[in-house]
Order: sequence, then structure tokens, then C-alpha cells
Amino acid sequence: MPGRVPLGRVGAVIEVSELTKRYGGKTAVDHLSFTVRPGQVTGFLGPNGAGKTTTLRMILGLDAPTTGAATVSGVPFRHHPRGLRHVGALLDAGQVHGGRSAAAHLAALARSNGIPRRRVDEVLQEVGLAEAATRRIGGFSLGMKQRLGIATALLGDPPVLMFDEPINGMDPEGVLWVRRLFRRLAAEGRTVFLSSHLMSEMENTADQLVVIGRGRLIAAESVRDFAARGTRGCVVVATPRAAELAAVLTAAGGSVEPEGPAGTERLVVTGLPADRIGALAFENRIQLHELTTRTASLEAAFMELTADSAEYLAGQPR
Amino acid sequence: MTTLTSVPRRSPVTTPPVRFRDLLASEWLKTRSLRSTPWTIALTALFAFGSTAVASLADQAAGSGPADFRPFDAYPPAGYWTLMLVASSMGALTVVSEYSSGLIRTTTVAVPARGSVVLAKAAVTAALWTAIGTAVSMGSFLVSQAILNGRHAGVPITHPGVFRPLVATALLAPVCALVGLGLGVLFRHAAATMVISVFTLLMLPPMFSDGSRWSADIKHSMVSAAWTRLIQNWEPDPGSLGYSATVPGSWIVYVLWPLITVALAVLVVRRRDV
Repeated sequence: MPGRVPLGRVGAVIEVSELTKRYGGKTAVDHLSFTVRPGQVTGFLGPNGAGKTTTLRMILGLDAPTTGAATVSGVPFRHHPRGLRHVGALLDAGQVHGGRSAAAHLAALARSNGIPRRRVDEVLQEVGLAEAATRRIGGFSLGMKQRLGIATALLGDPPVLMFDEPINGMDPEGVLWVRRLFRRLAAEGRTVFLSSHLMSEMENTADQLVVIGRGRLIAAESVRDFAARGTRGCVVVATPRAAELAAVLTAAGGSVEPEGPAGTERLVVTGLPADRIGALAFENRIQLHELTTRTASLEAAFMELTADSAEYLAGQPR
Repeated sequence: MTTLTSVPRRSPVTTPPVRFRDLLASEWLKTRSLRSTPWTIALTALFAFGSTAVASLADQAAGSGPADFRPFDAYPPAGYWTLMLVASSMGALTVVSEYSSGLIRTTTVAVPARGSVVLAKAAVTAALWTAIGTAVSMGSFLVSQAILNGRHAGVPITHPGVFRPLVATALLAPVCALVGLGLGVLFRHAAATMVISVFTLLMLPPMFSDGSRWSADIKHSMVSAAWTRLIQNWEPDPGSLGYSATVPGSWIVYVLWPLITVALAVLVVRRRDV
């Protein structure tokens, strides 16, 4: 069998270069370049309206880019006469005909790509919809439709998988299941590309991140590097003798910033851990009212980095 | 519900050749798996047979002269305008329903060759509606002749002048279904497509008269006028003041309407964002 291994496992890379999409005067995606590699889960993050879905649609050849190019395994996706074996995608779980059964929906898609009918039963089993196979999709919950969308993506056993907001509408059990599924697909050597506007969703799932805002690239790096960019870990201290403690901590190598209204301010200390601060205060007989560690989180890093680029901010037209 | 222990790839999915007949089979599965398909077809056929029965029963002139085929008893406009309406709507729905639900994106990711998808839909629609058209046309003929036989005015199917109306009526359904499908791809929205296909297929022809050359030319280039001419089994009166459509010209109209709309659909679908 030609094709499968060289195509699937070695070069299953999503390559986006200088991709731009304009709708009239509005630029949805602006000279975006990044690479998504196999064997990892890559999160695609950005606030609502950042251009994530438009980018995914251009990668899938649904929308033509104004300028730039996107390739999957080195080929523009549109050049494949049949797609399911090359890329599996879930763009929107609602993109089904409510009048058909789950099995009929998948069977028609499988048939169009020459995929055997038994594969339909396998993927339905895989996503936990075997019982609902003959029910009309119109009666499915959003979580079930998401599972059906994932089944559609898995149908052709493709080396590249793309999911747009796959967790929406899933119950906690479904969320856990889907995270493990994504990890497993990546461990099998596939390229897994997930979009989300929720950073917390990526914390547990993704290895790599591509972060965009207003159609532009903000970051493309590992989850750990990304978290390190945001607010660094700090300790908040409240004490009646703030000036004295500040001097002690500065002498010990920390950097201190006051926070809050004068008189009741707290000290925000970076560069010293909480236990060291507690010990220094004890040695100098300075009473503490509060000693709290603030950890850096992906969420904070994400908010900080995308704050300037959020498309829709509550209460203030940009 | 969760089956993490299952091995996901029990049957290795190998790469088979790219075959157009897989797309035909896929589109046929889509058509067959909607419950509305058989119901709509059955109701339309019943309505056509009913209107034939009414027209034949009401024809007081039948049986007064020598027995000849009376096409307006077998194929009354009420029943067959309905068939045109339903066929064009159903043809349009095969694509419009995909656009309105967004299924077209799922379909296009599965089959990036968009022109092939339109052609496969057109082929399945043409085959399905040719079968339905043939059954309805034949059924209407039998219903009308059974009623007229009661007045000794029926003719057998082998009677001269029966064959062309029978075929023209059978093909009316696929012609309209394909025009609807082509317009559906071009306009994508259900309401817009329905209004435009009803307008072009049914409402436009009566707006033009046979009285002047240009007006008659426009009228005769319409599907419903072509059908009216093709089921007419008498030659136009040479002394008539109006212009009459020709039989070959009417067949050409039957071919060109679906050909042009489907060709435009294939062209447009390749260039447009999905």
C-alpha cells in the first residue's frame, strides 16, 4: 500500500505561512504563520473573533485565503480529491442534517471516501454513540453532537486531526474522555490541533500553543514557556510595619511593590518564596496579617497577552 | 459510554482509488435516509393521479368524436405544475439543506473536489426523478384511459401520438429537479431558491404571449411552454396568428435548462468560499 506511512507519520505537519483573509475592509486573519507538528496536542487559542475558525477553514480549503498559503503534509488540502484519510475535522457539531440517523450520516460520508461500512460502527463505538446509532441526530444533545463530530473526524483514520471548540456542550465525564482521546491520538503520532477560547481547557490537554489575537500571531511555543511569560509568581504580604518589612525583604534580595490604598496597603514581593518571607519577618519580630502566594497561571498569561487584542470587550466599544 | 480500552483501528483504513461511483452511492444514501423523501414522492404522485382523474371525468367532449389521445385529460396542468413545483423544490433541497445546516462544510472536508459533489448530486437527482416522472406519467396515462374507456374514448399506449407526451411528461420531473438543484447551489438560501425556481419555471411563461416574435421566443424558451408543446399531439393551425413553438426546439429547451444551471453551479461552487 503506497502512501500511508510516508504521508501519515513523517510529514503530517500543518504549515501556515503569511495567511491573510480580508472580508471587505475587515481583516479577519493577518499575515499569520505557524507550524503544527505531529505527536503533540497543539492548542489554538484566542479570544472570540480572533480569527481561529477562519484560519481552520482556510487550512481545510473551505475558504480561499486573500494572500498566503496553508498546507497539510506539504499539500494544500483542496488538492486531495477525497479528504477523510488525510485530515479529520470537527468544525461545528451543528453541521449535520437533523433528519438523518447518526449511522446514516456517517455511512454516507464513509461511502464518499470509499471507507468500509464497518468503520462506521467502530467510530460510533469509539465515541460512545453505539446505542444512539439509529436515532435521528435532530434529537441529540450538543454533547452527543460533539461526539458525532469527533466520530466523523476519526472515520478516515487520518494522520491530522483538527477540532474547533470540541469541549463545548460536553458534560464533565465527556470532557475527561475527550482529553484522554486527544492525548492518545497524539501519542499515536498524529497531529492534533484544537481551538479554544478557554485557556484552562488547554492547561490539561495541550503540549504546544498557538495564540492569536485580532488575526495576528501572539505566541507559538510550549505551554510551559507560555505560562512563564505571564505574571510571575509572587507573594502578597500584609503587615502593620510595611516600611520596615520592605527594607528587610529588599536586603534579602526580593523586590517589593506596594499594592492597594495607602495605610492599608499590602506588599507584593517577587523573588522570595513565602516561607523565606515568613522566616525573615519572624527573625525581625515583624507581625504579619497575611502571607499569600499568587501563582502564575496560564489563564493569567493568556489574559495579559490577549488583553490588547480582544475583539469584543464588555462595556466598551473599541 | 466511555470505551477507552477499545482499540480504535481494528480495520486498517487503506487508501482505495478515487471513484465517482462512491460519490453516487453516498448521495443516494443521503437521499434514501431522509424520511421526507418517500412521503413527498407518494403525495405528489397521488395528487397528479387525482388531478388526472378529475380532468378525465370532467371532459364532456370525450367520446363524441373518433377516439384519439386527449393529452389534457391525462396530463392536466394542475397536477403537472404541482409535479414541477415539487421536483424543483426537492432538487433544490438536496443542496440548500446542506447549506442551511452547514453540512456542506462537513461534506466538503470529506470530498474537497466540490464540482464532483455537485455532479454526483445532479446524477442521483436526475435518476431518481426520471424514475418518479416515468411512474407518474405512466400512471396518469393509465388512470385517464381507464376512466375514458368507460365512455369508449380510451386509447391503448401504442396509439399514435401517445409516446411523445408520455416521455415529455416523464422527463419534466428530472428537468425541473435539476434546474432546482442548480439554482439551489447558486442561491443557497431556501426561500430565495424556491421563489426564483417557481418564478422561472411556472410564473414567467404566462407573462409572455405568442402574439409577437420576441415575446413568443422568450416564452418558448421556458420549460413549461416546452412541455405544453411536447404533449400537444396535433400540429399547430397554419392560419393561427400566434407563433408556435417547434418540437425540436422544445426538446432543446429540455436539455439546455438543466445543462446550463448545473454547469453554472459547478463553476460557481469551485470558486466560492463554502
